[in-house]
Amino acid sequence: MDLKELYRDVILDHNRRPRNFGRIEPSDGHAEGHNPLCGDRLSVFVRLDGERVADIRFEGKGCAISTASASLMTEAVKGKERAAIGELFAKVHALLTQQDAAPDTALGKLAALSGVREFPVRVKCASLCWHTLNAALDRSADSVSTE
Amino acid sequence: MAATAPHAVPAPAFDAERVRADFPILRRIINGRPLVYLDSGASAQRPLAVLRAVEDYETHCHANVHRGVYALSQAATEAYEGSRERVRRFINARSTREIIFVRGTTEGINLVAQAYARPRFGPGDEILITALEHHANIVPWQMVCEQTGCTLKVAPINRRGELLFDEFLKLLSSHTRLVAVAHVSNVLGTVLPVKRIVDAAHKHGAVVLVDGAQAVPHSNVDVRALGCDFYTFSSHKLYGPTGIGVLYGREELLAAMPPWQGGGDMILTVSFEKTTYNELPWKFEAGTPHISGAIGLAAAMDYVETLSLAAIAAHEQRLLALATEQLGRMPGIEIIGTAPHKAAVLSFTMAGVHPHDIGTILDAEGVAVRTGHHCAMPVMTFFGIPATARASFGCYNTESDVASLVAALEKAREVFA
Repeated sequence: MDLKELYRDVILDHNRRPRNFGRIEPSDGHAEGHNPLCGDRLSVFVRLDGERVADIRFEGKGCAISTASASLMTEAVKGKERAAIGELFAKVHALLTQQDAAPDTALGKLAALSGVREFPVRVKCASLCWHTLNAALDRSADSVSTE
Repeated sequence: MAATAPHAVPAPAFDAERVRADFPILRRIINGRPLVYLDSGASAQRPLAVLRAVEDYETHCHANVHRGVYALSQAATEAYEGSRERVRRFINARSTREIIFVRGTTEGINLVAQAYARPRFGPGDEILITALEHHANIVPWQMVCEQTGCTLKVAPINRRGELLFDEFLKLLSSHTRLVAVAHVSNVLGTVLPVKRIVDAAHKHGAVVLVDGAQAVPHSNVDVRALGCDFYTFSSHKLYGPTGIGVLYGREELLAAMPPWQGGGDMILTVSFEKTTYNELPWKFEAGTPHISGAIGLAAAMDYVETLSLAAIAAHEQRLLALATEQLGRMPGIEIIGTAPHKAAVLSFTMAGVHPHDIGTILDAEGVAVRTGHHCAMPVMTFFGIPATARASFGCYNTESDVASLVAALEKAREVFA
């Protein structure tokens, strides 16, 4: 078990200086996510331009994996359409959970999360932001949980 | 701790290295490092004496209890009821009729909530707890409040994690029907002044339940000296098996309570017209009990008493003092729970490193600590933090374990430098 695989420089950097941190008010969609295991909470706000996510921000308190994953996610999805975001989430999910997941160039910087799969209890930390984004896009659920 | 402070007891010689040899799991290698187990507050490890007692029972003595006329069933019954007597002596209850075997502390509290509080309480009645309770000593009372219309009151704590006793007294009134408090806080380590709490509550006619899960492993608990009405604890935090615990209740209270669960073993006669319930304590033990668990718990009680609980507590207090001093000197570490009278529980945060990340990095060094909200979310809210890391010490921990903790925390700081 190699900590450097988990806490890569990209992860540590995004934890220290999260990108797109804050709120969008008013927003077109907003949801709160909660990981009861570690107490992590985060909120995701989106502004939409038709099917496209024109702007996204998040805020909350969480571990390095959760904060960095949310920061990387906001960079990755900004400007993308819903359908493309869904496909990207599927790729991230495979990256986090499948031992033999082949590196996918579409992941870009998100590939830095590949070390998480060696730490099964931390997968929820990395996926919380994506579930919360889905809820924000659905604009229906006001709170999601990883449990 | 119950009647006397652990550090006030003269410490008999205590050889933690010899104690370690009794715990086979401590020889495990975790992530390439020898296991440093600092999570006994969540669940303690089992000594060979407990493992062997359980194995011996399962191998040679098992049958159902209270049922057969054959020799094996009688042997199992004797072993099970012998364990009940062992528990009675351990906490100095008057009678084995006051010792109910339950699944653990959580079930003990729920039993009292549903069989004592629920049939008696109504609108205008109050249940008083403290702000440092485990969820198991909050939620069952909230359920009773929903069921009966009674009200839950919460006595506050200060930033050191101590109960504000004067505020507690102000909340006591003729409306208070029941007071439920932890003996020792699982997050903060604070030892509560249970005797004073009991005396004050009784003046107002309220009964007192004590959640002793974190106290029993670190002190000689004497339920008669405390004067409490109910006392409950789990076996697995006392070096015994999981899935079994104890509810002590004063006999006159238990006798007046209706059964909680119905089934076999808790009845004397059953017909479709009328069923008569069994006597204490079996009235509260429906179904086949956790026989081997009770036997393992009795073996654990023998084990800690052979070591001497006073000696264990003194040893743990030395480790707590050492760890508190060393972590206190590390920049960015904040210790959560700084009451002068604490059990060997050390919660902390580290600036810039989330407790969850501390837990992962420590694990890579073989150091097992608990991280998270410790089933005490209101305590986290009070301190304005989402979570803490918590090291808790048992009879088998050593100065070397404290050194490993400190070194692993330095590693965490390096990773996040």
